[in-house]
Amino acid sequence: MSQSLNDDLNRFDHTVDPEMDNSAYTLGPLQAGPPCCHPRPLIRVEHLSVRYGEKPALEEITLDIHRGCITALIGPSGCGKTTFLSVLNRLTDMIPGCRVAGRVRMGSTDLLHPALDVQALRREVGMIFQKPVPFPLSIRRNIELSLLEHRITKRSELDGIVEQVLTDVGLWNEVKDRLNAPAPALSGGQQQRLCIARALALEPGILLMDEPCSALDPIASGVVEDLIQRLRGRYTVIIVTHNLAQARRIANYAGFFWVKERAGTLIEFGQCRQIFESPNQDLTAAYVSGKRG
Amino acid sequence: MPEATAHSIAPLGITRDRLATFVIWSAALLVTGLFLWLISDILLGGITRLSWAFLTEPPFDAGRSGGIGPIIVSTGLILLVAIAASVPPALGTAILLAEFSRRESLFGRSVRLSLDVLAGVPSIVFGLFGNAFFCIYLGLGFSILSGGLTLACMVLPILIRTAEEGLRSAPDDYRLAAAALGLSRSAALMHLLLPTAMPALIAGLMLGIGRAMAETAALIFTSGYVDRMPDSLWDSGRALSVHIYDLTMNVAGGDANARAAALVLVVLLLLVNGAAMTLADRWRNARIVTA
Ligand SMILES: Nc1ncnc2c1ncn2[C@@H]1O[C@H](COP(=O)(O)OP(=O)(O)O)[C@@H](O)[C@H]1O
Ligand SMILES: [Mg+2]
Repeated sequence: MSQSLNDDLNRFDHTVDPEMDNSAYTLGPLQAGPPCCHPRPLIRVEHLSVRYGEKPALEEITLDIHRGCITALIGPSGCGKTTFLSVLNRLTDMIPGCRVAGRVRMGSTDLLHPALDVQALRREVGMIFQKPVPFPLSIRRNIELSLLEHRITKRSELDGIVEQVLTDVGLWNEVKDRLNAPAPALSGGQQQRLCIARALALEPGILLMDEPCSALDPIASGVVEDLIQRLRGRYTVIIVTHNLAQARRIANYAGFFWVKERAGTLIEFGQCRQIFESPNQDLTAAYVSGKRG
Repeated sequence: MPEATAHSIAPLGITRDRLATFVIWSAALLVTGLFLWLISDILLGGITRLSWAFLTEPPFDAGRSGGIGPIIVSTGLILLVAIAASVPPALGTAILLAEFSRRESLFGRSVRLSLDVLAGVPSIVFGLFGNAFFCIYLGLGFSILSGGLTLACMVLPILIRTAEEGLRSAPDDYRLAAAALGLSRSAALMHLLLPTAMPALIAGLMLGIGRAMAETAALIFTSGYVDRMPDSLWDSGRALSVHIYDLTMNVAGGDANARAAALVLVVLLLLVNGAAMTLADRWRNARIVTA
């Protein structure tokens, strides 16, 4: 699954910003502004409903996630954004009483199929949580842990991947001398970048990011935001953010969720610029202009 | 008005604080003092008798003279049997309770209730049970094996409950993040949750070992009184605590050797605890620092 998806991932031209020092990165230069990508649906969500026990959390969500783009999900707390993300990597399986209905497909694969290999799915669809969750292990082992499960055990191969992904997230120069130090000793921003590196090590095609910057200070948040921009094109990113300015800066597509009749619904979905500049719904307009939310 | 209240409350508050400080400190001092008294009493009473010969020679004249060599060996063997027989099932049950059942589930609640009742059962009852089940029903007779297995049953509740709490104290974030990385539950358990819970597991193990080493009542009817060097696990063997009990209660003139044996017991306990902690630290560091 991983191979075919990665092979035909859309690659994009990056606009080079000569001011930026890109030597520490391998993901290519920072992109200026959110260009709109050629819509090629990678994940199609149709009539998705999720309930926790009797309590509905999401009702009738239909949208397409486009290949290589950054899709931002915005909306007030409790409208089901986290729930939506956890459907896409089947983390909902871990929550007792959680029922998922509807159709979610990636290519020809039915992501909701009960017999789906969820471990393979979760390697293809990485997830970054709001609070960085470094494991109480060394920096190196944080990255290697999931690779070992992947049957990669050759020392040289492991070392190569560790250096590669740490470089990808711009952390290599900061930690290369202390790879054996405990990861929880890193700063919050470094921890979050390590978590991203950890996810990248599995070579996912898709990254789900649940408010990845909201637990970080503004500087660290800026660094992580830059990093997310660099992921564009190489990865399909779905990011939940409460920071509307951030969504506007980085996203190609935006989806606006709102709680209606006690369940989260998708009010509007479209190109990021359209959602922010000429929304079709009054509610969206009120939310993005800060009048409601 | 506010000034008046401030004045009237402040001195009282300070006295109260001082009183609380005093009570807390004296309680702490009392406990520490008691411990030091106990240690020094054992030390003073036992240290003069202590020698290499005492540690290696067999007892003579019902223990009035001679040493405790065979008894140390028996104690070690009983303990080994008890640990080997209790740790794997305890860990398995704790994992089942903490990772594969919900805290409020009927299964979890009933298992926990049974364990708590078991933990409170007096050890003499375990002794009688061990005698009936291991010695007679399974035909193991008075033997180190019977004694060790009886102790294993006795410490099982403590081991399970502390291990379960240890596992539950590992944050759910770890479980979610591990699952999101495509790790299987068993891999997450092995590489992440067990190492995180290790301090609690070791603390539980040490509690269990402490209880097992101090046990007399459960052993008298199971591993027996025989103070000869055991040839195998199927031989009867006298545990240190049984020996101490026998010397003080049944043997006139055995007091001095009883104290020396008690000193050995305390030192052994400290050594075992120290070893367990070192091993746990090593294991944790191996997981954390190297590949
Ligand atoms: N594990 C859970 N069990 C029960 N209800 C939950 C659970 N997780 C979320 N919910 C409920 O589902 C709704 C959506 O939550 P969530 O997806 O976390 O929203 P958001 O991420 O947009 O803040 C909320 O009303 C929340 O209370
Ligand atoms: Mg959320």
